[in-house]
Amino acid sequence: MWRLLQIELFKIFKRPRTYISFAAIAGMVLIIQLGLKFDGKSYLQLMMSSLSDSFYIPYGMILNGYLVAFIILNTLLIHVPLLVALVAGDIVAGEANMGTLRLLITRPVSRTQLMLVKFAASVIYTALLLIWMALLALFLSMLFFGTNDMLVARNEVMEQIGKNDVLWRYLAAFGYASVALSTVAALAFLLSVFAENSIGPIVSTISIVIVLTILSEMKIPLYDDTVKPWLFTSHMLAWKGFFYSKSNGEGSAIPGTVENLPAILRSLAILLAYIVLFVATAIAVFRRKDILT
Amino acid sequence: MPSSIPPIIKVDRLSKYFGDIRAVENLSFSVNQGDIYGFLGQNGAGKSTTIRMLLTLIRPDAGEIELFGMNLRTHRREILMQVGAVIERPDLYKYLTAYENLSLFARMSGGSVPRKRLMEQLEQVGLAERAHHKVKTFSQGMKQRLGIGVALVNDPKLVILDEPTNGLDPQGIADIRNLILHLSRSRGKTVLVSSHLLSEMELIAGRMLIMDRGKKIVEGPVGELFDPAQTVVELDTADPANTLEWIMRSPWQPFFRERRQQQLIFKMDKTKIPDFTAGLVQQGIRVMGIRQRHSLEEYFLSLTIANQHVETFTDRTV
Repeated sequence: MWRLLQIELFKIFKRPRTYISFAAIAGMVLIIQLGLKFDGKSYLQLMMSSLSDSFYIPYGMILNGYLVAFIILNTLLIHVPLLVALVAGDIVAGEANMGTLRLLITRPVSRTQLMLVKFAASVIYTALLLIWMALLALFLSMLFFGTNDMLVARNEVMEQIGKNDVLWRYLAAFGYASVALSTVAALAFLLSVFAENSIGPIVSTISIVIVLTILSEMKIPLYDDTVKPWLFTSHMLAWKGFFYSKSNGEGSAIPGTVENLPAILRSLAILLAYIVLFVATAIAVFRRKDILT
Repeated sequence: MPSSIPPIIKVDRLSKYFGDIRAVENLSFSVNQGDIYGFLGQNGAGKSTTIRMLLTLIRPDAGEIELFGMNLRTHRREILMQVGAVIERPDLYKYLTAYENLSLFARMSGGSVPRKRLMEQLEQVGLAERAHHKVKTFSQGMKQRLGIGVALVNDPKLVILDEPTNGLDPQGIADIRNLILHLSRSRGKTVLVSSHLLSEMELIAGRMLIMDRGKKIVEGPVGELFDPAQTVVELDTADPANTLEWIMRSPWQPFFRERRQQQLIFKMDKTKIPDFTAGLVQQGIRVMGIRQRHSLEEYFLSLTIANQHVETFTDRTV
């Protein structure tokens, strides 16, 4: 399996198109960082306009590397699924389109093995994309903006997280995000099995994610308790929960705590269930598929 | 005397339908070790579908396939370890070099292959000088040769080539032909090769199977099917059953017989045709027409086109 995985990764990282996503993330992160570096105060004033009349806000301290990373993640993690779909949607359909799928299947490797390896390669690609994003969004921001306590806006309330209590939350958030994006990769992977060129699965994945995200964000009582809790898109942004601490009696955040860990774990379980469902279906379909391309 | 060595390929009553379309029906044949076995038929005859079933790309609807004496469904991995194939177009990773493609597929077939071996393989297919060039810069002929290199890189016992000369110039066709002959004669490989070109098959294949619209039309040694001293005779008679019975008992018993409605098709020595005709008259057989097919291409067409006519006629009358 390791040998096959190496081959799959070799193929992915030999393709120039693979690096489009890395370049896109680098470009977007740097644009946000530059904007905040030169006009971050205006951005924060806009964000905190309701509080600035009542409180003195030390913008210089607030605008640190941790907050910048949070702003970047909030902006980008909605769009990264599109980049994940670019590779995962191509991983089977692209081979069918090139005609190499039939060569792969005539090798002494089972179809199940081949599919597991291809999905594993998609997940590794997704993880590398997130690591790249973490390096740029978190560590580069820490370098450019320095570190300090982090303020998180939540339900019109600002929560303060001590600067020594932040980094582990980011690690947990990136870990969660890798599962969330792997769900998108699994969906693109499943759709890829049905197609013979990669455009179809990529566009379909993006369309499904957009439609379900809109459904997840809409406030319609009929859907709130019935459909929304079971949509994977409703759980994609649960990583934010790692930045919400439990409060003590005086209303201050307790370091090292997460307010609603069971809710995050439940979301994680739902995403993992989706991954298993998508991948198992993809394997079952592919095992029975006639390769005619 | 029958050979005690089991055939390398044994196909038994294989069928495949795509919806209502018959791709292959009730096909049986076997290929012996060291044979160059030709698969001949017009486009859409079912050659590629059969080859894809042999390579597990397509699941048969019915029938059994044994390769190297093992059932393909239960011993897929062991079987494919010993098979190399080119299926229609030699599609490879265009963004990788020839060497990288070869290395990648060699590793997929089980373990690493030394660089020396990979270069030897590229040398054999005449691509050593272009080893580190990307495949997207290759001509069709070069891609075809690289595809064959990929098929051979793990030193398989059975080589399956589906239309390997498609899109090649005359020199490229000759190169592939020589390579196939070399594989069989010098390296003892069993080769199954498909083509829609009879002249191509005649030059390389030892045995041949002709397919048309998913069905086997004829199978046998090429020397017997296409002996230049023999000719194909089509005989139209009012009483085909009795005529056939007489032909089978006659001293001119032909090698091959086909019966289609009131027509009998068989092959016989050209020099015996006058005596044979006289024999028919002597027996009082009412002959409505007798024709001699002159070329191999005509023979091939007579088999495939006549088959279509029979089917069309049957379709209309049912």
